[in-house]
Amino acid sequence: MSLIQCKDLSLGYDGHEIVKNLSFSVNSGDYLCIVGENGSGKTTLMKTVLGLNPLISGEIKFGDGLKKNEIGYLPQQTPVQRDFPASVFEIVLSGFCGGMGINPFYSRQQKAEAVCNIEKMGISNLKNRCYRELSGGQQQRVLLARALCATKKLILLDEPVSGLDSKATAEMYSIVKRLNSEDGITVIMISHDISAAVSYASHILHIGTSCLFCTKEDYIKNQTTVFPEVTGNE
Amino acid sequence: MSESLNQLYTYLQFPFVRYALIVGVLIALCSSLLGVTLVLKRFSFIGDGLSHVAFGAMAVAAVVGLTNDMPLVLIVTTVSAILLLRTGTNAKIKGDAAVAMISVGALAIGYLLMNVFSKSANVSGDVCTTLFGSTSILTLNKTKVWLCVVISVIVVAVFTIFYNKVFALTFDENFAKATGTKAGVYNLIIAIIIAAVIVLAMNLVGSLLISALVIFPALSAMRVFKTFRSVTICSAIVSVICALAGILISIVASTPVGSTIVLVDIIVFFGFFLVGSIKTRGAK
Repeated sequence: MSLIQCKDLSLGYDGHEIVKNLSFSVNSGDYLCIVGENGSGKTTLMKTVLGLNPLISGEIKFGDGLKKNEIGYLPQQTPVQRDFPASVFEIVLSGFCGGMGINPFYSRQQKAEAVCNIEKMGISNLKNRCYRELSGGQQQRVLLARALCATKKLILLDEPVSGLDSKATAEMYSIVKRLNSEDGITVIMISHDISAAVSYASHILHIGTSCLFCTKEDYIKNQTTVFPEVTGNE
Repeated sequence: MSESLNQLYTYLQFPFVRYALIVGVLIALCSSLLGVTLVLKRFSFIGDGLSHVAFGAMAVAAVVGLTNDMPLVLIVTTVSAILLLRTGTNAKIKGDAAVAMISVGALAIGYLLMNVFSKSANVSGDVCTTLFGSTSILTLNKTKVWLCVVISVIVVAVFTIFYNKVFALTFDENFAKATGTKAGVYNLIIAIIIAAVIVLAMNLVGSLLISALVIFPALSAMRVFKTFRSVTICSAIVSVICALAGILISIVASTPVGSTIVLVDIIVFFGFFLVGSIKTRGAK
């Protein structure tokens, strides 16, 4: 049984259908990259899988005992966060919020785990700093550490490198790759950057007027024949 | 100076002055706790908006001839707060626009009703009293004080218990929802206590000045402090001290209570603003 199985999905919002007849599945340990043009429905797909957006038709099934509160998510940044007074530690700790049910306070073990995730992201020195004073790359690492607090199994990333310089981008990609290969966390990532997607991912999902889901190897083979426009402008 | 203290001492002998002090401090505490969240969620003006809704409800109550308008006001305000906050960050009409719409609409309807149907000769005087709360804090009876104490205890308890959820939802509602937090339920609870606090606060400073109690302590604290916890604690302390000082000054100098509290809040804000800019300059 796969971790997530999507069958004949129809996606959209406010009654507009953007994507039709989309089927794909994600197995434990996969690294899936979702690519496609702006406005093709990548973020909508991710939000629908997370239950933030209603599904128009089709079926999304969670397998392998995956529960709703065992998914990590790295959303695009919102304007509210830019001037938010919060320390890195407070934000990372809030990743446990969904997993603790009606329990009002964080346990000592959760606090220790948050510290551990901060270390894993290489930002221990920023633990007590204010989030709004950090650079874009540092902020993304904070949000990734928070996502790790929410999950041990599956993490969804919505354009984690947008707005980062090339050094921070490379670091972000290698962190995500390490999470996938060393910690065995399944990754689903939206990306604009096809060359990075091809070099890091195990599977590719191309969303557009026609959708294609395949392994990386098949994608590279198909790329030139099925989607000539993709190789051209990215 | 000693004359002022004597005067203060004399006034404190009156129970209504002591009631005003208790109620003022409690409301300042509650509104500042919620203020941090509201300011960050871009709902700074919700206090103003909801208080106009409450004004509209009071007008309806007055026209219908209800002697006790509290239940009606409470219900109408709570429903409006829920409608405004329920949708959270994903609303079609964003926070500020939605608040402005409800606020202006309710104010207009309330004034219209009062003007057309009022039995009192002094319509503008009635409106002025409702909006600025010029005397109501000095006309509190024991029941209202107890009601205020009970609601304040509930608000502080709810806020403490849900503190971590409030933080997660304020910082990133979509993440919280996606990872399994029941955002709808918590948003509803927060909306209800906000409505309760605002109805309460109307008794103290009146409709137009409620926003000051929500905004100023939170903004002052944010100038200097960098973590959510320290901002929340600081804004609560600042708010209580300002309310206390404002009420005492207004007694001695016989100035309007609400406006005096807000003036103290403004002065403290500029103090914190200065400290904040000195601190950042020092860090550079």
